[in-house]
Amino acid sequence: MNRRLAILSLCAALAAVPTCAQTLRIGLAEDPDVLDPTLARTFVGRIVFAAVCDKLFDLDEKLNIVPQLATSYQWSPDYKTLTLKIRQGVTFHDGEKLDAAAVKFSLERHKTMAGSNRRGELTPVSTIDVVDSDTVRLNLSAPFAPLLAVLTDRAGMMVSPKAAKAEGEKFGVHPVCAGPYKFVDRVAQGRISFERFPNYWNKAAIHFDKVYYEPIADSQVRLANLKSGQLDLIERFNPSDIAGLKGDSRFKVSKIVELGYQGITFNLAKSDLAQKNPAGKDPRVREAFELSLDRDAIVQVAMEGEALAGNQWVAPTNSWYSKADPIPKRDVDRAKALLKEAGVPNPSFELMTPTTSDAQRIAQVVQAMAKEAGFDVKIRSTEFSTTLDMADKGQFDAYVLAWSGRADPDGNLFSHLGCKQPLTYSGYCNPVVDEALAKQRATGDRAERQKYFDQIALQEGKDRPIVYLFHRHWLWAYTNKLSGFRTVPDGMIRLQDLKFN
Amino acid sequence: MIDFLLKRLSAIIPTLFFVSVLIFGLQQLLPGDPAIAMAGEDHDPNAVAYLRAKFHLDEPLPVRYAYWMKGVLRGDLGDSVRIQRPVTELIAEKLPVTLELAALAMVIALTIGVTAGLVSAVYKDTAWDYAANLFALWGISIPNFWLGILLILLFAVHLGWLPASGYVSPFESLHDNLAALIMPAFVLGNAFAAVLMRHTRSAMLQVLSSDYVRTARAKGVPERTVVLRHAFRNALTPVITLGALQLGELLSGAVLTEQVFSIPGFGKLIVDAVFNRDYLVVQGVVLFTATVYIALNLLADIAYFLANPKMRT
Repeated sequence: MNRRLAILSLCAALAAVPTCAQTLRIGLAEDPDVLDPTLARTFVGRIVFAAVCDKLFDLDEKLNIVPQLATSYQWSPDYKTLTLKIRQGVTFHDGEKLDAAAVKFSLERHKTMAGSNRRGELTPVSTIDVVDSDTVRLNLSAPFAPLLAVLTDRAGMMVSPKAAKAEGEKFGVHPVCAGPYKFVDRVAQGRISFERFPNYWNKAAIHFDKVYYEPIADSQVRLANLKSGQLDLIERFNPSDIAGLKGDSRFKVSKIVELGYQGITFNLAKSDLAQKNPAGKDPRVREAFELSLDRDAIVQVAMEGEALAGNQWVAPTNSWYSKADPIPKRDVDRAKALLKEAGVPNPSFELMTPTTSDAQRIAQVVQAMAKEAGFDVKIRSTEFSTTLDMADKGQFDAYVLAWSGRADPDGNLFSHLGCKQPLTYSGYCNPVVDEALAKQRATGDRAERQKYFDQIALQEGKDRPIVYLFHRHWLWAYTNKLSGFRTVPDGMIRLQDLKFN
Repeated sequence: MIDFLLKRLSAIIPTLFFVSVLIFGLQQLLPGDPAIAMAGEDHDPNAVAYLRAKFHLDEPLPVRYAYWMKGVLRGDLGDSVRIQRPVTELIAEKLPVTLELAALAMVIALTIGVTAGLVSAVYKDTAWDYAANLFALWGISIPNFWLGILLILLFAVHLGWLPASGYVSPFESLHDNLAALIMPAFVLGNAFAAVLMRHTRSAMLQVLSSDYVRTARAKGVPERTVVLRHAFRNALTPVITLGALQLGELLSGAVLTEQVFSIPGFGKLIVDAVFNRDYLVVQGVVLFTATVYIALNLLADIAYFLANPKMRT
């Protein structure tokens, strides 16, 4: 250990000397899945992709879409064609050139590869044309405004055609992209290592020679690694540890409100169970339930204040938040009156919750609050994968569920509230909402889209298939030597501009 | 000896078959649709359908078992859905890590447990005996994860002597490897040391009160020789059995320890696979572990055979 400390001190002393290799060590809350942007499924995997796979576009702190591998874009007036200018002089880690043909290859791979998780995101893209070596045109079957935002995530990640063809389904074992770092190796359930890609197009912004990600599921152990100097940066630690970290000058804490949400989904029509449940049957019962809740108190108790109360699919701080539907105040008397009117003064239902501590705490606080209005909420804790299956089959009354969020509100809405959509666990199907969901996709005009989101907010606010509760803070803690950390609401760790002072 | 071995080996094949059916059957009892769990947050219907078809999840159970066994018999346990790597490769990568951890834990447990058991039996009803019993009670009662966290806080965060978690290959650096494994090995070995101590103590007490020990003492054999050569050797038989059984236990006990210390070993492999419904990994790892467990029992039988001349007749 002493030898290592000596080397670290020497490196710190010689920080200005470029030959002293610097490594950034990041602690992850979960183990990422396969590192193939086409097949990848997990939130934590997206954090690792930030090292290895650049995207056509990126997001800035204010959620503006900014160029990355594409330098500019042009929508056709009918929003059915998107033309992209590809950055020139970019190469993949294997030396292959990133040009329009490579972009076409990657997008088509996302669309057609067996088992692709990107197919749904790119459904409206019908064909892709190579206009010239640095211009590509995406032809859409119907206007699709969220497409640019989709391209800021895994669907916009470009893979080396040569490596992808050679590796096929095994590409994720050794990903070859055009990001700032090259993949070195991965110990399954353990460390994922990368080294600097010398020909990265934006190499001036990259300051570490190596970066590795260490999945450590236990938040306390992750924090212990940071405190003992084995890690430089950790993500998603327990909110209760913030106070201790803030009092320690060796560390810094950053946070930002997430893109996603935490809410309670009601089974309205997913299965026959819905009709046996007063909360599924009668919107007045759901309204009473919402009125029985004090969201700020839930945030304080369940999340130690590290979240922002909300009542929509985007946070009140998000520019897409619909001001037409503000957060209702807690009103227990009105809730009781509504229950009386509905003829069920003491409705009882089961609240399914994953076994994670956050979800359990939320369920307990909600149970206690709703009880004051007359609700008898029974908590059923089940392991996460099982809850997903039960939700899919409609074997629940109400379900505590979080969504990690997407940059465009469509990503938090369409699949969650649309008729017969894969994530519409509520079984909700309202023609007003469905029409507005389709229309917001069909226009690129921001004000017009907002109008449709307002319509959805008002209707959803009446029907309440999901009672949104709050939006978590993404929390990061890191050594005070580290500078250049950017907090973007998507929760990713961008390696550009990160360096030791 | 050959007859003995053949008899034991012939019993292993039906056992393994039964175990494979059991593993496959138990896996089906895990609630939740594996395709939905594997498809992740986005839950894309195309991806769900693809996974269902690829892993024959829509086929009847016997057909799925046949597909799995067909691969198993050819040494192919399938691929992890989550990270697209062959299960056999994952086992080969993880097993040495967990074996090393289990072996270190075993060394720690034997050193502490057998010594404490021996001392406690020889100095029965003295302060040494009480202290050893107290230690055993502590070792059995203390939860692994709690002890793990406390050790991390003490040795990694406050004293800075050891790394908080993780694993370094011994081929990369033996020093770092041992530094990374000493805490988890102690945590894992601690409870086992307590069990060993209790067994060694009772076996020794039994042997020490037997006639031949009394005879040896009466003949004037030095106490040291009586204890170490005559009594201890005989008392070892149940301890060896326990050791073999507990090595299997250590492998499963490593599940929690590896989780706490973030060691990418066998235990962590299976826990993550269960939660992610990476079911080929679960089946493969459990089948492999069961096979190892059966092999260890066989080895214990052979060790008995060699240690106890009465069994050779």
